[in-house]
Amino acid sequence: MESDSAGGGAPTILNGRKPNILYLWLGDKIFTAVVVILGASIIMLALGMAWVLFDEGSLSLREYGFINFIKGKTWDPAVQLVFGAWPFIFGTVITSSMALLIAFFPALAVAIFSAEYAPPWLSGIIDNLVQLIAAIPSVVIGIWGIFVLAPWLRDTVYMPIYLWTELNQPGLLPILGNPIGYGMATATIVLALMIVPYTTALAKDAIKAVPKDQREASWALGSTRWEVIRMAVLPYARGGITAGAILSLGRAIGETMAVAMLIGNKNTLPFSIFGAGATMPSVIVNEFREAVESLHLSSLMAIGFVLFIIALIVNLTAAYINRKLSIGGGQIL
Amino acid sequence: MEINIMKSKDLPEETLKTVHSNTENQKTVMKNRMETKNLTVKYGSIYGVKNISLPFQDKTVTALIGPSGCGKTTYLRALNRMHDLTREAKIEGEVLLDNKNIYDEDINPVTIRRKIGMVFQKPTPFPTMSIYDNVVAGLKLVGIRNRSLLDEVCEKALKQAALFDEVKDRLKTPAVSISGGQQQRLSIARALAVEPEVLLMDEPTSSLDPQATLRIEELIHVLKKDITIIIITHNMQQAARVSDKTAFFYVGDLIEAGDTNTIFTNPKEKQTEDYITGRFG
Ligand SMILES: Nc1ncnc2c1ncn2[C@@H]1O[C@H](COP(=O)(O)OP(=O)(O)OP(=O)(O)O)[C@@H](O)[C@H]1O
Ligand SMILES: [Mg+2]
Repeated sequence: MESDSAGGGAPTILNGRKPNILYLWLGDKIFTAVVVILGASIIMLALGMAWVLFDEGSLSLREYGFINFIKGKTWDPAVQLVFGAWPFIFGTVITSSMALLIAFFPALAVAIFSAEYAPPWLSGIIDNLVQLIAAIPSVVIGIWGIFVLAPWLRDTVYMPIYLWTELNQPGLLPILGNPIGYGMATATIVLALMIVPYTTALAKDAIKAVPKDQREASWALGSTRWEVIRMAVLPYARGGITAGAILSLGRAIGETMAVAMLIGNKNTLPFSIFGAGATMPSVIVNEFREAVESLHLSSLMAIGFVLFIIALIVNLTAAYINRKLSIGGGQIL
Repeated sequence: MEINIMKSKDLPEETLKTVHSNTENQKTVMKNRMETKNLTVKYGSIYGVKNISLPFQDKTVTALIGPSGCGKTTYLRALNRMHDLTREAKIEGEVLLDNKNIYDEDINPVTIRRKIGMVFQKPTPFPTMSIYDNVVAGLKLVGIRNRSLLDEVCEKALKQAALFDEVKDRLKTPAVSISGGQQQRLSIARALAVEPEVLLMDEPTSSLDPQATLRIEELIHVLKKDITIIIITHNMQQAARVSDKTAFFYVGDLIEAGDTNTIFTNPKEKQTEDYITGRFG
């Protein structure tokens, strides 16, 4: 409406002023070009990485076919020279999803406490601690796991459970596995510890982003503190919280060193709860240096390619959920 | 749960009587439902409002008027302890509800806010909830789960807020799918559904069209038979139409308060007269 009248009417301060012609010409164009080039090069980089992995893995993928490679249950680089990725896919999916399951609610609780209940000084301390955990190199966490956590878990958790089961439910022992301390359970617990900071930080960001008037609307109805969180804060933040959890899952899927150090590294199914296992990153890092057979090397590359695709899917899902569940998009005043 | 059914047929006569009802109300001796004594609100070291002493009689409508930034919202939010949630805000003085200071140690602010409802300057629907769930949100808080009662209250509150006809076929759709003005009326309905004893309204009609504004003003007339209402408005005609008492604020001070008729026809202070007649503000 306004631009209509401005177009036809007398010159005003705005439409009377002549902007620099060079600026008109170049300003937007240069900006657009820079953004497009930068954006395109990031996409090219990712595509290039995917292509290299695919290309290097193509020997193996051609040998077995993509689907059969994924479904293949045997990974034997020593005798039969047969390569199937299923044990590692299985190990990755189980450890990282269980880790998220363990980490999610404590992380959400810490985020809620730090954002809504804690006084500023305490919330500052919590945030710093969380960041500190996130900053510990995973190889350090791995060493701590080997020397402290795994022995402790073995003696105080796994052994009692194992002994109890042996007495009462001996049929379950194969599922439980050998409680040596290094295996799927330990790797999962360490993964959970490692993703808590991410889940917490992302959930807290989402909670902090809930507008003040949403909270006030709930307070004004006579809500208690917890009722405000349940009625106004969590529903509003659910998109960000869920997306954050899925991004944390992505981190768990890609985590390499700590898992490789603690999971026990066993290439053959079946995996058991306490027993040794392997994940996609752990088998790559463990076998890469020793892979002499070109089919072996190519199969490791193919696992890398599958990992890349899984990570891509997880991240896209997070983005989709964030968009789908998040509030805004101009809908709200 | 006592529900005050309002018949919309009664409304037009009610409006016509507006001007006269102001004088009628003064005849009965009224007790103070609420009162502030030397109420000061500070944001850090800045004063929001200074030393406001003001009574609110039971079953009356008081209009708070004054130029933008003079502290009306600040004052209103002190009346149901909304400032508790703003870290930098400090309250001094007393706010009495039935002669009991609501800032006393032994008072639970949650109970206070259940009695003293509030409609905000901006619409604030809960975006993940349906229209229906928004209206009954306050009832669910106090544990009411009875479906037919919730239905009944929802319909009544929406009718009172002059929204029912527009949304009756889509009560289950998200509250954000309706227009800004409809969202504001939804916020009003949500505040009414819990049947507050005192209702604080911060420019409730600033985003509404004349028709909806009229309906809300009619609603205020009906509500005032039972409850005490304090309303902020920038619209002088509206203040004159709906209120029994008017209080004029200017840069954090209460300049003048009294019967609406007196304030509008014969103000004591020059500033009040200038503001009402539109010479500033
Ligand atoms: N959270 C806050 N922190 C600091 N200062 C504030 C805060 N809220 C309000 N103020 C200040 O207090 C004064 C009164 O503000 P208030 O919102 O009460 O005005 P108002 O009379 O409601 O104005 P309007 O008619 O524009 O809504 C203003 O000068 C404002 O800048
Ligand atoms: Mg205001």
